[in-house]
Amino acid sequence: MNPLSVREYIGADRLEGPILIIEGAGDARYRELAEVIGPDGSIRLGQVLEVSRKRAVVQLFAESHGLNPPDLRIRFRGHPLLAPVGREMLGRTFDGMGRPMDDLPAPIPEDRVDVNGAALNPAARNYPRNHIETGISAIDGMNTLVRGQKLPIFSGNGLPHNDIAAQIARQARVGGEEDFAIIFAAMGVSHDTAEGFRRSLEESGAIHQAALFLNLADDPAVERIITPRAALSLAEFLAFQHEMHILVILTDMTNYGEALREISNRRGEVPTRKGFPGYLYSDLAQIYERCGRVQGCDGSITIMPILTMPNDDITHPIPDLTGYITEGQIVLSRDLNRKGIYPPINVLPSLSRLMKDGIGEGETRDDHQDLSNQLYAAYSEVQNAREMAQIIGEEDLPERDRHYLRFGEAFENRFLTQERSEAREMSETLDLGWKVLSLLPKKELTRVSEADIEAHYPEDREGTGE
Amino acid sequence: MSDQIGTLDRVSEFIVRVHLEGPLTLSEEVGIGKDRLTAEVISLGKETATVQVYEDTTGLRPGDPVFGSGHPLSAVLGPGLLGNVFDGIQRPLDALKERAGRFIRRGVHVSPLNTRRRWEFEPQAEQGDSVSAGDLLGSVQETPLIQHRILVPPGLSGELAELAEEGAYTIEDRIAVIKDAQGKEHPVTMQQRWHIRRPRPILKRLSPGVPLITGQRVIDTFFPVAKGGAAAIPGGFGTGKTVIQHALAQWSDADIIIYIGCGERGNEMTEVLEEFPELNDPWSGHPLMERTLLIANTSDMPVSARESSIYTGVTMAEYYRDQGYDVALMADSTSRWAQALREISGRLGEMPVEEGYPAYLAARLSAFYERAGRIKTLGNREGSITLIGAVSPPGGDFSEPVTRHTQRFTRSWWALDRDLAHKRHFPAIDWISSYSLHIDPISEWWKSEVAEDWNDLRRQAMAVLHEESGLQQLVQLVGPDALSEDQQWTLAGARLLREGFLQQNALHPVDAYAVPEKQVKLLRCFVRIHRLGSDLLKEGISLDRIRNALDISGLIRLRNEISNGELEKLDQRADEAVRQLKDLQGKFESKEEGSEEAETKETSETEPSSSKKEGS
Ligand SMILES: Nc1ncnc2c1ncn2[C@@H]1O[C@H](COP(=O)(O)OP(=O)(O)O)[C@@H](O)[C@H]1O
Ligand SMILES: [Mg+2]
Repeated sequence: MNPLSVREYIGADRLEGPILIIEGAGDARYRELAEVIGPDGSIRLGQVLEVSRKRAVVQLFAESHGLNPPDLRIRFRGHPLLAPVGREMLGRTFDGMGRPMDDLPAPIPEDRVDVNGAALNPAARNYPRNHIETGISAIDGMNTLVRGQKLPIFSGNGLPHNDIAAQIARQARVGGEEDFAIIFAAMGVSHDTAEGFRRSLEESGAIHQAALFLNLADDPAVERIITPRAALSLAEFLAFQHEMHILVILTDMTNYGEALREISNRRGEVPTRKGFPGYLYSDLAQIYERCGRVQGCDGSITIMPILTMPNDDITHPIPDLTGYITEGQIVLSRDLNRKGIYPPINVLPSLSRLMKDGIGEGETRDDHQDLSNQLYAAYSEVQNAREMAQIIGEEDLPERDRHYLRFGEAFENRFLTQERSEAREMSETLDLGWKVLSLLPKKELTRVSEADIEAHYPEDREGTGE
Repeated sequence: MSDQIGTLDRVSEFIVRVHLEGPLTLSEEVGIGKDRLTAEVISLGKETATVQVYEDTTGLRPGDPVFGSGHPLSAVLGPGLLGNVFDGIQRPLDALKERAGRFIRRGVHVSPLNTRRRWEFEPQAEQGDSVSAGDLLGSVQETPLIQHRILVPPGLSGELAELAEEGAYTIEDRIAVIKDAQGKEHPVTMQQRWHIRRPRPILKRLSPGVPLITGQRVIDTFFPVAKGGAAAIPGGFGTGKTVIQHALAQWSDADIIIYIGCGERGNEMTEVLEEFPELNDPWSGHPLMERTLLIANTSDMPVSARESSIYTGVTMAEYYRDQGYDVALMADSTSRWAQALREISGRLGEMPVEEGYPAYLAARLSAFYERAGRIKTLGNREGSITLIGAVSPPGGDFSEPVTRHTQRFTRSWWALDRDLAHKRHFPAIDWISSYSLHIDPISEWWKSEVAEDWNDLRRQAMAVLHEESGLQQLVQLVGPDALSEDQQWTLAGARLLREGFLQQNALHPVDAYAVPEKQVKLLRCFVRIHRLGSDLLKEGISLDRIRNALDISGLIRLRNEISNGELEKLDQRADEAVRQLKDLQGKFESKEEGSEEAETKETSETEPSSSKKEGS
């Protein structure tokens, strides 16, 4: 698009929520940036959703209350919405549209890029293969995070997902690399949540290597469509131009999805499950897929989206479609939280799809994969044993089930549980895994090899867990 | 041909309306705007046409020019397809990377096949022959593994007026001339275009009879798919659809593998691209990439090209089938394709019938799966296409439209179960609700090629598993102690089968792939042990003694410890276990008190009922 081709129209014709219709604007371009100027000179941004010879349909990224269409001037900018990007943006706070909101002079951008990004060519990607040590056993041991992975936290209202994300952000940079940065994008979260995150970054000194994009609960919902995209545009630039390792935290994707639903409903589109538009999957993918590693470049983008599942329902379209796109998920459990376990990560439905290539000899330890499989298999037996204990009472439980009950307690209280400030080393996590496994008789351990049992199972303490 | 045939009237994401000023046909490939974005005519009126654009339409506006091409949206077929990865409209991603860098850019035109490369053509017909569609003209060695047969294209017959001599030719060079009955001469090159939405013609359909051997025990032994059959893998996220598809692409004994990443993750394509050149096909010893081609429309690429990627892939499959090859095509995931249909339909303002899907969803799915089959080609060769489609039901709900319709059109059903996946029982194929309708013809093959007792073994094993699932429900109610020893032994037998046979770690260096003999030997081992144990119980030997005589965890580990090359060890270990059990027989011991055998009728030896749908 030619940047010189700015055109201006006086007066719009209809306004339906965030959708503005301008008759006669047949020279608008699909997805062109529109500046909508109020009688007071205030500027709202929007983009062209649809255009015919007769009219253009513009979606506003701002509240439209109190606007009167005939009073508006619409300026088409000749290019799509661009996000300024540059290294100077680190250490700064922006609003949901990417405008600085910390009263400092606007950072000088090194470039301006289409906020929507573009699909990465799979032939230009590098498959992610290096693990990130988060210091959290449930993640490192059983759902290992890999540099360049998109791994969401599926949570529920009132669960400590923010603490976990903050802990990962703090601890994952162990090693103090210069070229590590955190980009935090908030969509519709409370002031407290955003503030808590900022404080945590400040305390750990990471704030200078962080950029915050904040669309808070009382900010316009339509802006939320842009917030993650502005954040990821910066992430891409830093990772692929400056070869930095970027961790992007997106919270809360449920609010994002609901904003998308609202706009879709306004447009009268055919809804699918729970009123969400059919393109929710592709739309989310255009966000989540902006992550990974590319050939000929050392940088990486790791994305950790956080979403609260409405009614803790993992089949709700937002967690469901997210799970179909991301490379696994960390699922929090209300039951564990009730038991006072932190982090309350339910490992069974959790998964890291990239773990298999990021662990093992050379990366972590050669017994890692089997150990993790064994812990999974054993912990799933615990659920059976507990159900059984409910029916017939613990005393009458067969020997085998009693072993599993004991293992379950130890797994939750010793392996899962840790302090919010505790960063466990990988080897410590793995050793702890073997320790809790040793509460089970050797013959139960069919997922690990004889050799691993030989090497790691505390021989003299079979069945003790010591 | 690329004359301007009109201008844009209206742009709404990837659907545009064109004001016509020149001739256009339905399904014609058109170029939109100055950049000539690839697009296809999907409906045609007198003055306007509706067109689906396969690239990002950012920046288009009314008045932009539209160009015709004179041909329908087609795949370009010829040597050089294998080893490549294409996007949904057949742009080679490597060439795109060279031209446009890391990101997929719109309006970048690269030829689908390398037009400069010279192929050693070996003629295999004689000038003057009377030839018709499908007849062999010659061949080139496309990869060290695959000989690419150059055939008379569909629709052409006559006298072979000219045939190139042995030598190196590009795909654009003329290698033959065919003079038809009217005396008209038709030049033939090594490439051809084929409309992706039209199945290629065949002589006749044959009934499938030979299994596609996948090396995955639960599939080959319990729910096999025939070469030429269609299989579906429905499952929620994380249940193992992609791992199974990758395993099949790696291990199955097809000649050609076509893998379509349809609306899925970029990294999963990258993984194949990085690993397949390094891995060898177990059947030929050649690098896997020599028999593989990939189509990638990742979830962040334009959704309209997702719809076309399926057709592009299956057209290529037909092209190799026509050369007499067994082709296996994996589509991951067909649900994303169906959703693309839904999105297009929505943008066209069509009336949705169910969950937003258009009324023709079932018809499209059925037409796709119909392109599977074992056939006699026009040139009288035998070839097949096996279609294996992953299905991603929203919320894991199998009653949704795409899953339901897919079930109607496929004959092997590999239902993935979330609970199994959470327990890390992989492949998480639920043995109770999965089925194959190919058992009868396929069991003949196993009987003659591998083992006489194949079907007996699998039926007995399946009976134990079915019985276990009934008993599990009982245990949930009353606890394990209420079961008879015989029933408890069934649980033990089922555990052996589940953990020692059904489970198969796709990443395991030894067990990722099991040859048919290993499958049968393992199964026979477990079935024998289970049968013998039941006999011993009947003779009054206690369950505890039987259990103690067996190294259950050792038996479960057999699959990981004994490789395909040392199967005699498997027999030894099986014999050993059987001997240990038999040793119990002499040393009879008085029955333990509390045994309830007498009360519960033993069930494990009853004539096994086979799983509900098989064999019909
Ligand atoms: N056969 C298998 N062997 C080992 N692990 C498996 C197997 N199948 C699935 N998995 C595990 O499950 C994860 C999810 O599998 P995947 O095929 O990506 O699921 P889906 O495509 O259904 O979302 C994998 O990353 C892997 O960890
Ligand atoms: Mg998948």
